[in-house]
Amino acid sequence: MASVTFQEVTRSFAPGERPAVDRLDLEVQDGEFLVVVGPSGCGKSTSLRMLAGLEPVTSGRVLIDGVDVTGRRARDRDVAMVFQSYALYPNMTAGENMAFALKNLGVSKADISTRVAEAARVLQLEDLLDRKPAKMSGGQRQRVAMGRAIVRDPKVFCMDEPLSNLDAKLRVSTRAEIANLQKRLGTTTVYVTHDQTEAMTMGDRVAVLRAGQLQQIGSPTELYERPVNTFVAGFIGSPSINLIDSVPVRDGRAVLTDSLQIPVPGAAGRAADRVTVGIRPEGADVVGAGAGNPGDAGRLPVRVARVERLGSETFAFVDPVGLVAGSTGRADHLVFRLDKRLDVREGSELVLTVHSAEVLVFDAAGSALS
Amino acid sequence: MTALAPQDRPESRTSDSPSPAPPSAAPHERSSPLSRVGGYLGLLLVILVVALPLYWILISSLKERPDIYTVPVTWVPDPFTAANYSRVGTGVAFTDYLRNSIIITTVLTVVEVTLGVLSAFALAFLRFPGRSLVLLFVIASLMVPNQVTVISNYALVAQLGWRNTFAGIIVPLAGVAFGTFLLRNHFLSLPKEIIEAAEMDAAGPLKMLWRVVLPMSWPTLIAFVLITIVTEWNQYLWPLLMADDSSTAPLPVGLAQLQDTAGLTNWGPVMAGTVLTMLPILVIFLLLQRHMIKGLTAGAVKG
Ligand SMILES: Nc1ncnc2c1ncn2[C@@H]1O[C@H](COP(=O)(O)OP(=O)(O)OP(=O)(O)O)[C@@H](O)[C@H]1O
Ligand SMILES: [Mg+2]
Repeated sequence: MASVTFQEVTRSFAPGERPAVDRLDLEVQDGEFLVVVGPSGCGKSTSLRMLAGLEPVTSGRVLIDGVDVTGRRARDRDVAMVFQSYALYPNMTAGENMAFALKNLGVSKADISTRVAEAARVLQLEDLLDRKPAKMSGGQRQRVAMGRAIVRDPKVFCMDEPLSNLDAKLRVSTRAEIANLQKRLGTTTVYVTHDQTEAMTMGDRVAVLRAGQLQQIGSPTELYERPVNTFVAGFIGSPSINLIDSVPVRDGRAVLTDSLQIPVPGAAGRAADRVTVGIRPEGADVVGAGAGNPGDAGRLPVRVARVERLGSETFAFVDPVGLVAGSTGRADHLVFRLDKRLDVREGSELVLTVHSAEVLVFDAAGSALS
Repeated sequence: MTALAPQDRPESRTSDSPSPAPPSAAPHERSSPLSRVGGYLGLLLVILVVALPLYWILISSLKERPDIYTVPVTWVPDPFTAANYSRVGTGVAFTDYLRNSIIITTVLTVVEVTLGVLSAFALAFLRFPGRSLVLLFVIASLMVPNQVTVISNYALVAQLGWRNTFAGIIVPLAGVAFGTFLLRNHFLSLPKEIIEAAEMDAAGPLKMLWRVVLPMSWPTLIAFVLITIVTEWNQYLWPLLMADDSSTAPLPVGLAQLQDTAGLTNWGPVMAGTVLTMLPILVIFLLLQRHMIKGLTAGAVKG
């Protein structure tokens, strides 16, 4: 049980280059499950490895339980790591893999076997204890890697994309297993992923990194509903949010079309010239096919360019009709989630009612207005 | 084989160029009969180059003295005789030389493999000041031919009074630049995460070496052991300079001695001695090569 603190932690691989992790400030509470997300190369693994002691810190401090561990070796930090590649010892059986750390730490034989047996029971590995990694499936190897971490009962778990080598179905079940296990053990966990479903479903809180810099940290709902900038808004949520740039502001309202005007929050926003508007794919409903009532506020007429049916839901990629001059969608099309029962075809015209309260507004630099 | 029939490499064939075999044929059946014959001829040539001298040694050792020189050449000894083998023992102190060879090779192999593994481990996994400089020295010493250092080594060893001692033969030969280099590169090719996992699992350097690194390195290590054994077993120049008699000289020196005592034209006993010298190495090779299997890291990391 421990808290983890990053204080202005920086890691530069080459002097003069942009640091891989740039003055990261982070506080993970005792027993908390923190998920770190961000695009590839944003410094997630590097941050985690600095916590684990596998990567030196250029400047700043890493604290575990309030104790500065910046200069400590990995083995002296009481941190366990689950690697993306599992990194099992190929010459040892599953049981030996799990017992290895305990042996090195001088735990008594009897103690080792009870702890390994307990971990094996929790992870349903009892039948595999005498098997070597080469003769296991991916999911089983993953569980051995988890087992190797939990037998040690460390202060902190570090997990670097532990599910990315599993197939989609196994990933879903293992996701739940890991989250449950963490709740039961109550061990502080830092979990790195680029899968945003994992980020939304597993963590108590989520930290979003971009180019080595922390963008936002908060509960999954907070990140989804109140992202601090367009990057976080675009990163969280799948399909991602529809962003429309350079929307002119008139009388404190962002004017998308004649029929769709969104109130801009905040005095600064109302004074702005142009803003970026974000509409989630589920932030609009269909009023009726064909030409609707262009006069109504909050209505967006669109033409359907492409339809993706996933069975449970339908995504329509649409082009807005009559979008105000100068403003452009960031993606090629806007995407909206529609009822699967709705019969939409490519080329058909729809009118959407946009839930104005859910619409996000950002200033020209991309920061959220509120 | 591809060099003999470049037109037949599957990747060089485009879809519209006519293929010499039906497209439905399996890849290994596609090559034309001509290129196959060419391939086998190539193989045959290589086998002849490698095996013929060995065969010649073997049959010469089994022939009677006049038969060795007959023209035309006889490929099967007629009659077979083992007399050359018994003459090996009477001509020189063969067992003494054999003993010396075993002592020298064993000590050198143990020392070189131990030093090679430890130094490679340090250069691959431990961080210490001057690491790259040490590596540079190791690589540099690989580039110096042994013959260059013979004279200075001789002067030094003679001064120490080590001539005609095992120490005099062994110590100057115990350098391990090649092994260090080979094993270090192999260690660096091991999955980095496993080393890191062991680090996090609080494995000290020795534990890391024994329980994690070496178990993934047996094929390379065994290859290195084999190379070392063969090299040291065949050492000739340095032992010849160091040892004056059968008290310390190894087999290759003994064979040269045998040629002197048997007479320069009497090849039978020399060939028999050569066969006897090769045998132990052959046995060791057959024993070890079974362990040079691949795939020791299977299941360790995915992707
Ligand atoms: N050993 C290294 N030497 C130099 N640069 C490195 C090294 N390791 C990582 N980097 C750089 O640091 C940055 C962050 O890398 P990091 O591995 O932390 O990314 P990541 O967020 O984990 O990405 P991914 O999701 O692809 O795993 C990258 O730009 C990468 O190029
Ligand atoms: Mg990574």
